[in-house]
Amino acid sequence: MTDVNSNPETGGEEPSRRDFLYIASVGAVGVGGALTLWPFIDQMNPAADTLALSTTEVNLSALEEGAEITVMFRERPHFVRRRTAQEISEAAEVEVSRLPDQLARNANLEDSAPATDANRSTLSAGVDEGVEVDEALRSAMLVTSANCTHLGCVPTEGAGDYDAWFCPCHGSHYDTAGRIRRGPAPENLPIPPMTFISATTLRLG
Amino acid sequence: MSGPSTYEPKTGVERWLDQRLPIVRLGWDSFVDFPTPRNLNYWYTFGGILTVCLMIQIVTGIVLAMHYVPHIDYAFASVERIDRDVNFGWLLRNIHANGASMFFLAVYLHMLRGLYYGSYKAPRELLWILGVVIYLLMMAAAFLGYVLPWGQMSYWGAMVITNLFGALPLIGTPITEWLWGGFSVGNATLNRFFSLHYLIPFLIAGIVGLHVWALHVPGNNNPTGLSIKTKADTLPFHPYYTVKDGFAIIVFMIIFAFFVFYWPDALGHADNYIEANALVTPAHIVPEWYLLPFYAILRAVPDKLGGVILMFGAIGVLFILPWLDTSKVRSMRYRPLGRWFFVFFVIACLGLGWCGAELPDNKVPVLGAIGLNFLWLGRILTLYYFAYFLVILPLLGFIEKPTQRPASIEESVLGKGKSDASASAAPAE
Ligand code: HEM
Ligand code: FES
Repeated sequence: MTDVNSNPETGGEEPSRRDFLYIASVGAVGVGGALTLWPFIDQMNPAADTLALSTTEVNLSALEEGAEITVMFRERPHFVRRRTAQEISEAAEVEVSRLPDQLARNANLEDSAPATDANRSTLSAGVDEGVEVDEALRSAMLVTSANCTHLGCVPTEGAGDYDAWFCPCHGSHYDTAGRIRRGPAPENLPIPPMTFISATTLRLG
Repeated sequence: MSGPSTYEPKTGVERWLDQRLPIVRLGWDSFVDFPTPRNLNYWYTFGGILTVCLMIQIVTGIVLAMHYVPHIDYAFASVERIDRDVNFGWLLRNIHANGASMFFLAVYLHMLRGLYYGSYKAPRELLWILGVVIYLLMMAAAFLGYVLPWGQMSYWGAMVITNLFGALPLIGTPITEWLWGGFSVGNATLNRFFSLHYLIPFLIAGIVGLHVWALHVPGNNNPTGLSIKTKADTLPFHPYYTVKDGFAIIVFMIIFAFFVFYWPDALGHADNYIEANALVTPAHIVPEWYLLPFYAILRAVPDKLGGVILMFGAIGVLFILPWLDTSKVRSMRYRPLGRWFFVFFVIACLGLGWCGAELPDNKVPVLGAIGLNFLWLGRILTLYYFAYFLVILPLLGFIEKPTQRPASIEESVLGKGKSDASASAAPAE
């Protein structure tokens, strides 16, 4: 390597014009290289058409008390459950301070909202203008992601310590409000953005 | 490579080529006249076997890719079609699917050989590290390949493994969505997994080239762990080791063929013959057998991020192993304590594999009587796995008194006094 500093002009002390040119070109190549890399990385993110497929409408009129269906929303299964009065009261009685995850994990609420039963049910859902929804239906309905917050398996309905959802993969127990109670899953089942667009139709997304 | 080249081009054509591209010389010096320790046993044949495995995977994979369709609506059906309708498709798929298992069987024996004879120690640290890189890439290739048939295990395996990255704080969700190309494992995921599954074996082939290059600088280690001192310690690679490797490859192929022709689904999982269904998780998800020990380590920790860190740490620790082992002696043959810790290490790895296959809450046979379940057995064995590398090997170098080693490789084979016997008079064993 030639020492670019040791030219007669600078005597090896002061940085020369050549140093400046070296640093500037290496810098430009570095920045340019990083910019070129970005399209190759970003192409792997969800594409525009994937992002566009993002609402699902659920008809609740056919759901009887204690019935549950699974719908697909943004490529993921979601539980839609009309809970019985007993299931609601069991979930409502638990003190939030006793829960492993005390946050509602509800896209309709602020991030800091506590995991009360009301904050988990569709009482938290938006309601379109002019639409009237029965209060009892709103507090009975629970819509959550069906992918366990541990590693994504679909929990089994009506099983586990709380007769609600039990994930067979590594043994996570969820309660009747879809909140994690025991096992390796770190968070409550997340609740998607949702709005009542009629008295019995809920739109996800 | 070590020492001056002995290649002499005989014909005009060979001379012409040698002056322009000395490729024949490279082959000659690497695989014909390469000086090899005269005492290599059959544990040293797995390198050759692994090369054959890689070639088999590439050749069968390329032809499978001519019939396979990487789309969630067609992938499962296209693999069934390969099995039923494509001419000899059943054979090619059975070779490829079982080939992955055979590849791992060979790589595990190859790695344990290296651990036992201290082949990771100076001057072979880089050789070992390149090997660990190959092993990591193999795991990636096998995981991605297992997703392609788009059965239930494919889908849920992909789900569980990609969700591991969700454990990372802050960047967890962006990273998983970036890996998926969507909000969950879906078509975009399958499509890119196919692309990467096609790519990785060629990366492996490239690194194998570096691995062999790094091998041919210091030369082979050997069961005594002694360095080569004189020419009498060595034999030319050809015919001694070409024949020995060839024989081992044939025996290995017989075992391989037994699985392909008589027991093709033994190492797979029946649930993978059910098409992927995003709504139903199989009651018991397990990875392929060769990844079970890592699955057990993952589950040993109750915390999601902790489990992930520990699992990657189990491989990460292999990278620094050359600097963890403080013993002056390479081979466990002359390490009276190290040898036993090694035996327990092998048992721990097998035990972890067993734990990975069982449900964590199930009781261990016999030991279940004292309340031991597979979760706790997994925890104990995980502890030993890490202790072996991080505590035992570093300390043992100071505590252990190695036994008497032979003066040279030659002496270890021919005994004292006979060491004037000429190299060519002695057979390979
Ligand atoms: C390091 C080498 C490789 C390993 C360890 C490997 C491993 C695997 C595994 C475990 C499967 C799933 C087999 C099954 O259950 O059906 C698979 C499938 C597949 N692989 Fe590979 N593979 C390798 C190289 C390749 C190459 C080089 C290609 C293509 C160029 C390829 C193409 C395929 C295709 C098309 C499938 C789907 C068909 C099937 O499932 O049989 N593989 N691979
Ligand atoms: S994925 Fe549900 S407990 Fe692990």
